[in-house]
Amino acid sequence: MPAFPGVDFIDFDSLLTDEEKLVRQTARQFVDEQVLPIIEACNREGRFPTELIPQIAELGFLGANLTGYGCAGMSNVEYGLVMQELERGDSGLRSFVSVQSALVMYPIYTYGSEAQKEKWLPRLQSGKAIGCFGLTEPQFGSNPGGMLTRARRKGDRYILNGEKMWITNGSVADVCLIWAKTEDDVVRGFLVERGTPGLKAWDVHGKWSLRASVTSGLAMTDCEIPAENLLPGAEGLKAALSCLTQARYGIGWGAIGAAMACYDTALRYARTRKQFANRPIASHQLVQDKLVWMITEITKAQLLALHVGRLKDRGRAHHTHISMLKMNNVWMALETARKARDILGANGIVDDYCIMRHMNNLESVYTYEGTHDIHKLVIGERITGIAAYV
Amino acid sequence: MKIAVCVKQVPAKDAPLHIAPDGTWIRETDISFEMNEPDSYALEEALRLKEKHGGEVVAISLGPERAKQTLKEALAKGADRAIHIADEEFYRLDPLAAAQALARALEPERCDLVLTGLQSDDHGFGQTGVLLAELLGLPHATIIMSIEVQDGSLRLKRELEAGWFQWIELPLPALLTIQSGINKVRYATLKGIMAAKKKEIRTIPRTELLPSLAPTQKLERIYVPEKTKKTEFLQGPPKEVAAKLLEKLKHEARVLGSS
Ligand SMILES: Cc1cc2nc3c(=O)[nH]c(=O)nc-3n(C[C@H](O)[C@H](O)[C@H](O)COP(=O)(O)OP(=O)(O)OC[C@H]3O[C@@H](n4cnc5c(N)ncnc54)[C@H](O)[C@@H]3O)c2cc1C
Ligand SMILES: Cc1cc2nc3c(=O)[nH]c(=O)nc-3n(C[C@H](O)[C@H](O)[C@H](O)COP(=O)(O)OP(=O)(O)OC[C@H]3O[C@@H](n4cnc5c(N)ncnc54)[C@H](O)[C@@H]3O)c2cc1C
Repeated sequence: MPAFPGVDFIDFDSLLTDEEKLVRQTARQFVDEQVLPIIEACNREGRFPTELIPQIAELGFLGANLTGYGCAGMSNVEYGLVMQELERGDSGLRSFVSVQSALVMYPIYTYGSEAQKEKWLPRLQSGKAIGCFGLTEPQFGSNPGGMLTRARRKGDRYILNGEKMWITNGSVADVCLIWAKTEDDVVRGFLVERGTPGLKAWDVHGKWSLRASVTSGLAMTDCEIPAENLLPGAEGLKAALSCLTQARYGIGWGAIGAAMACYDTALRYARTRKQFANRPIASHQLVQDKLVWMITEITKAQLLALHVGRLKDRGRAHHTHISMLKMNNVWMALETARKARDILGANGIVDDYCIMRHMNNLESVYTYEGTHDIHKLVIGERITGIAAYV
Repeated sequence: MKIAVCVKQVPAKDAPLHIAPDGTWIRETDISFEMNEPDSYALEEALRLKEKHGGEVVAISLGPERAKQTLKEALAKGADRAIHIADEEFYRLDPLAAAQALARALEPERCDLVLTGLQSDDHGFGQTGVLLAELLGLPHATIIMSIEVQDGSLRLKRELEAGWFQWIELPLPALLTIQSGINKVRYATLKGIMAAKKKEIRTIPRTELLPSLAPTQKLERIYVPEKTKKTEFLQGPPKEVAAKLLEKLKHEARVLGSS
């Protein structure tokens, strides 16, 4: 398989430092050499490639933009470039790294006690422990504030009851970050360890999307945990949402990777596939229209991601900036996948090519971490000053 | 053991190449560059020797400003420091001049071992390493496929033609040119990339090491393989034409054995 040459129409690379390019090169080579050869089989079998975890950890991809506890201390742009390349491999792979880094390590790092950080961060960074983030419930997705899961204090313990749904890595997690309401109706985060009596996990089957990723349901029935497993700094839903902002930022970059893979595949195909008068289909205006749409949208998405990344590195990124990044880039990636599928004709529907896998994956990415429309409402509220959720 | 590794930055393997207007180099805009492949194996070998025997790895590159990227990659993978011989017109140097500049920068380092790639993927002279050995007064061996260090000397495996190998011994210090595939090249880890930000890259202008050039060879022109269609009519009596045709098939087209 030839090395991925990148997609760069407007000399985007001239905006990157040598170090940023090196980080991307490491992630790019890893994906070309370790992920692409096995990913279609993983997708068919519906399994996450756990065998890659040690190397993912060793290269420093887990918690890459955190500092200390074995983390690499990367900038947000560097972290974003890693996400882009991982999702060029598969959204499931990027989801794994996003959940571990932004939804488990970040909250422990930001809201955890020193003991929690020392216990979990080195193990999560080295891939020796896997984490999951339990916010969504069967009845509450876009509106997590309505959650039914409860945590009742009993001496030096908390007792958790409730159900979580659509939880990435749920059944394979060594530690579950469960969001639940305490008796005073405040949302708090709790670390529930694997094997805790009363914690049950099962996998969602029959997925047509993110097949190379574990998605689970979790049930807690009088699940007792030590009180010190409460994240002391996380009070209220906004703490949970702040983690999602971190993860969404990575998704904004990741989606570019999936789009690049589809565009690159479609471009190569269109130049070699011949129909009518033995001419390549790339010679038709209608086909060029699709390819030009793709490269233009990918280029705009790159600039948006880089700008928001630079803002984030300066501490100036607002969560609505990140909403726009996620909303736009995932939509653009999904549309790119659809156009690429069209260009490949019948070949576009089989897994000899990456396109349908990316397209199906992106349907999940479009929905999770705030649906496309919810981000519209977030941005709408920001510019009009009027909340339109109900 | 102190090891120097020569790493060159070359156009990426599948970069779309266009010839520059002056016809002696390629247009550098719109293409990306990477570490010369055999050099990346030489670097890996140096890092492994250091991990086994201790010491220091110094990466050195002659090239324009952009060559720093390749040195940063070497530092990120584990080299301790780097030397950049800066020359924006590096492509005008013949292999002897390049080796002279490298030798002058490396002399004061007094390395136990100097590693280079077997050849570079751009000019492909395959000369720089061996010339450098002569200039540094070091014994050398080429096309190395395995290195063992045993008290002060080297046991080396060289690749010969047709699947043959040769084992030789060489005293230290020495210079070796490394063949691709000798080892499995590592990735630069993110922590390595962070650590490299604090490592030294010393820049020396080429003109400081080698003020004047006395080229022993000159690059006239580089060009894309020219496709020419030549038709030749053989004339004369059939017997003569057949004999001529046979000659041509054997010696020009080489589609028939000539025995
Ligand atoms: C593969 C996968 C992995 C996931 N992993 C995790 C995880 O690790 N942890 C976790 O907590 N969750 C996870 N989720 C859950 C995900 O975050 C939710 O699916 C998402 O928040 C949407 O919730 P919902 O599915 O309940 O959809 P709903 O909230 O029911 O939304 C359905 C539709 O209604 C629209 N809608 C809802 N409210 C409004 C409104 N006010 N105005 C206009 N339109 C509205 C939505 O935009 C959407 O189109 C995952 C989901 C998937 C698919
Ligand atoms: C599940 C499935 C079942 C099928 N069943 C049958 C069957 O039972 N019998 C049968 O005979 N066939 C069948 N087909 C084949 C189907 O009809 C072809 O896939 C279809 O005709 C398109 O041809 P193609 O896949 O070779 O794509 P191509 O013709 O290569 O087209 C590729 C892309 O190029 C575009 N394109 C091509 N030419 C031009 C042009 N001149 N100008 C602009 N754009 C152009 C197309 O619109 C498309 O976007 C089936 C296909 C599938 C996927």
